Amino acid sequence: MKQQRPLTITGGRLVLPGEVRAGALRCVEGRIVGLGAIDPEDGDEIVDAGGKLIAPGLVDFGVFAVDKPAFHFGGITRAALMPDQAPPLDHPARVQFLAYSGKPDFWVHPLAGATRGLEGRELAELALMRDAGARGIATGRGWIADSGIMLRLLRYAAMLDMVVVSHAEDAGLVGSAVATAGEMATRLGLPSAPAQAEAVAVARDIALAEMAGARLHFRQVTTQAALDLVRAAKRRGVAVTAGVTPAHYMLSDLAVAKFHTYARLSPPLRQEADRQAVIAAIADGTIDVIASGHDPRGPEDKRLPFADAEPGMAGAESLLAMVLSLVRDGVIDMARAFALAAGNPAQLLGVPAGRLETGLEADLVLVDPDKPWVISSTRMAASAGNTPFDGQPVQGRATALYKGGVAIG
Amino acid sequence: MTLPPITPARGQYPAGGLAFPHRGLLGIAGLETHEILFLLDEAEQWVELNRRAAKHSEALAGLTIINAFFENSTRTLLSFEIAGKRLGADVVNMLAAQSSIKKGETLIDTAVTLNAMRADAIVIRHASSGAVALIADQVACPVLNAGDGQHEHPTQALLDALTIRHALRERGKSEEFNGLRVTICGDILHSRVARSNILCLASLGARVRVCAPPALMPEAIEAMGVETFHDFEAALDGADIVMMLRLQNERMQGQFIPSPREYRHLYGLTAQRLRRCAPDALVMHPGPMNRGVEIDSEVADLAGTSLITRQVEMGVAIRMACLDVLTRRSRGVEGWAEAQGNRA
Repeated sequence: MKQQRPLTITGGRLVLPGEVRAGALRCVEGRIVGLGAIDPEDGDEIVDAGGKLIAPGLVDFGVFAVDKPAFHFGGITRAALMPDQAPPLDHPARVQFLAYSGKPDFWVHPLAGATRGLEGRELAELALMRDAGARGIATGRGWIADSGIMLRLLRYAAMLDMVVVSHAEDAGLVGSAVATAGEMATRLGLPSAPAQAEAVAVARDIALAEMAGARLHFRQVTTQAALDLVRAAKRRGVAVTAGVTPAHYMLSDLAVAKFHTYARLSPPLRQEADRQAVIAAIADGTIDVIASGHDPRGPEDKRLPFADAEPGMAGAESLLAMVLSLVRDGVIDMARAFALAAGNPAQLLGVPAGRLETGLEADLVLVDPDKPWVISSTRMAASAGNTPFDGQPVQGRATALYKGGVAIG
Repeated sequence: MTLPPITPARGQYPAGGLAFPHRGLLGIAGLETHEILFLLDEAEQWVELNRRAAKHSEALAGLTIINAFFENSTRTLLSFEIAGKRLGADVVNMLAAQSSIKKGETLIDTAVTLNAMRADAIVIRHASSGAVALIADQVACPVLNAGDGQHEHPTQALLDALTIRHALRERGKSEEFNGLRVTICGDILHSRVARSNILCLASLGARVRVCAPPALMPEAIEAMGVETFHDFEAALDGADIVMMLRLQNERMQGQFIPSPREYRHLYGLTAQRLRRCAPDALVMHPGPMNRGVEIDSEVADLAGTSLITRQVEMGVAIRMACLDVLTRRSRGVEGWAEAQGNRA
C-alpha cells in the first residue's frame, strides 16, 4: 500500500529525539517531509491529533510470533522476529518468506538463527540469510554453550556487520530450571537456577564480543550482577547493548505464586532486588531497548503444571502502557521512552524508522498517554491471552497508527 | 491496636464446618494451626478403629473415591485405598501407566473426565509441582494432594505429626510440639515430604533443623522457619526427633552426590550418630528406605526408637480423617452444610 495523498497531522505534541514539542507532521509518499511549526499544503489530507502525542511507531525487538492485530493494537509498526519458529529460522528461504509476511501494513525483520536448528553446534548460512532480509543474528532462546562456536559466530557477524542477539543464561547452571532460586521457588518446589546464571553468560559473551569486535545485544538482562557487567563494558567502549521486557521491571517472582503459568517466562522472573536493579538500569541508560517479547501461547501450552508449561507471554498490547508507566513514575522522560521502544531498536536493526526525522519512514502512532484501560486476558487482540498483567489497570493507548503514511485499521 | 490471633485450644474448635473450612487438602501451606490440630484429633477415632478386629465404618457408604496416581506409588496408594475402604466408600484406582495420559490426553481433560464420573473425592499424585491444584480447579469434588512434584505431601506431614504425638503420649510426655527439636536430614531439595513437614511442624511450634549437602539444600529454605546444617553431627545435637529422607534419584538431573557410599559416610544415620541426639530420641522415615545408605538397618529396626512402622499405621488413620472431614459437606453432616465456610 503506497501513500496516495500527502498527509499532515496537526495539533499534536511531537515526540522528537530528546524532546517533546507541540507541532505538526507532514508526510509524502511514505516519508516524513516536515516537522514542527508547519502548515498543511493544498490537497493534503489533514488529521487533527487533538493534543495527543505524535510518536514514532514502536519497533518491537525480539518477538516470537507475527501477530498483527496485537502489534497494531499496541502501536507497533515493525518487529524483529526471533528465529525460534517451527521450523527454526536457519534457512534463507524461510527468512525471505517471513520478511514479507507482514507487508504492507506491518514490517517483520527476521533475526537469522545463529546455528542450524538453533542447536548451538554448526553456524547457519548467515550471509545468505542477511541477503534474504535478516536484520540481525540471534542465538534463540538457548545459549550457545560452546565458547569456540560463539567466538567464531561473533567474528563472522562482525565481518557481515550484523548485530548478534544473545540469550544470556548459562545452560549448565540452568538445566531444566523454570524459576529463579529463592524463597518462592523453594516453597513451590519448582526446579530453579541461581540468578547468577545470567551474569556468567553475560561475562563470557562480552569477553568474546570484545575480542571479535562484534556488536552484541542481550535481548534481556534481568539481574543486578549482569547489568553491572553491561554497564562496565559500555564504559570500556564495548559495542554492547541490553534490552528487557516489561515483565522484569513490573513483576518479581512473587507473580509465580499459585503456579501461575502466565508468569512462566524465559529467563524466569527474578527477586525484588533485581527488579529494582532493572529499573535503575533503565534510568541510567544501561538498558537500551524495551520490547514485548510477544509470544502468544494458548491453553495447550499454558494450562499445564508450571514446569511443563511453555515459557513466554503475550506482551505486544501492553508494551506501550508499560513503557509509559516508567514516564509516569519519573524513571525516564517521554523522549527516552520512545528511544527505548522505537529509536534504539530501529538503530540496532539498521532500518530508517523509529524516530521522527525528515526523510525517515512515516511509521507513526498517535498516543493518548493518559487513557485508562484494563488489561484483560480474555479480551485481547493477540492470538492468545497469556499475559501476567491480567486485570491490571494501566494508562496510555495508541489511538491511531500509520505505516508509511497510510492509516491502519 | 492489633488483636492477638484467635487460635482455638486443642479440642476446642469452631462449630461444624468452620473447624475445617477448606474444600480440599492441597497442602499444609494454607492451613491454620488449629485446623492441623483438628485433623489430628479427628484421626484418633480411626487409630482406635484400626486397632480393632473389625475395622469398618459405614461413614462414607455409597461414596466414590478415585485415587488418580500419575506417578508410581505403592505405600501411599495402598494407604489411601485402605482408608477409603474402611470408611465404606467405593474406591477406584487410576494408575497413569494404564491411563490415556500415555496417549497424549492433557491433564485438564483427564480432570474433566474424572469430574464427569461424579467422584465424591479425588486423591491425586503427580510428578509436577502444582499439578494437583490445577486439577482441583477443574473438578467439583474435594481433592486431596497425595504428593505433587517437589511441592507438598500434606497427609505425610499430618501422619508424621500424629506419630510423634502418639510416641510422646506413650512415654508419658507432654503432647505439645512447642520446643520439640526435630532434625530432617536428606534430599531436602527434591522432597515434598520435607516441605510439608517443615510447614506442619513449624506451625505446631517445633524447632526444625534441616540437614543436607549444599547441592541438595534448597535456596532460602530458612525463610520457611528452619535452621540449616551441612554437618550432620551438629544437626543431630540434642535432637528429639530425627527424620531421615531418601535420596530421590528419580528426580535428580545430573550428579548431586559423588556416590551412595560417600553419602552414607557423611549423612547416614548410624547407631553411633544416634547417640548425639537427646537420650530418648525417636527416628522416623517416610519410606521407602535405602538401608545402608541414609539409614542403617540397626537404627531402622531399633524397637522403641524407630517409629517407621508406626508412621505407616498412622497414615491410614490420617487419610481416613481427611476423607471423612472433606466429604462432610457433600454428605450433609449436621453443621457442615455448603453455606458454612467454604474456602479453597
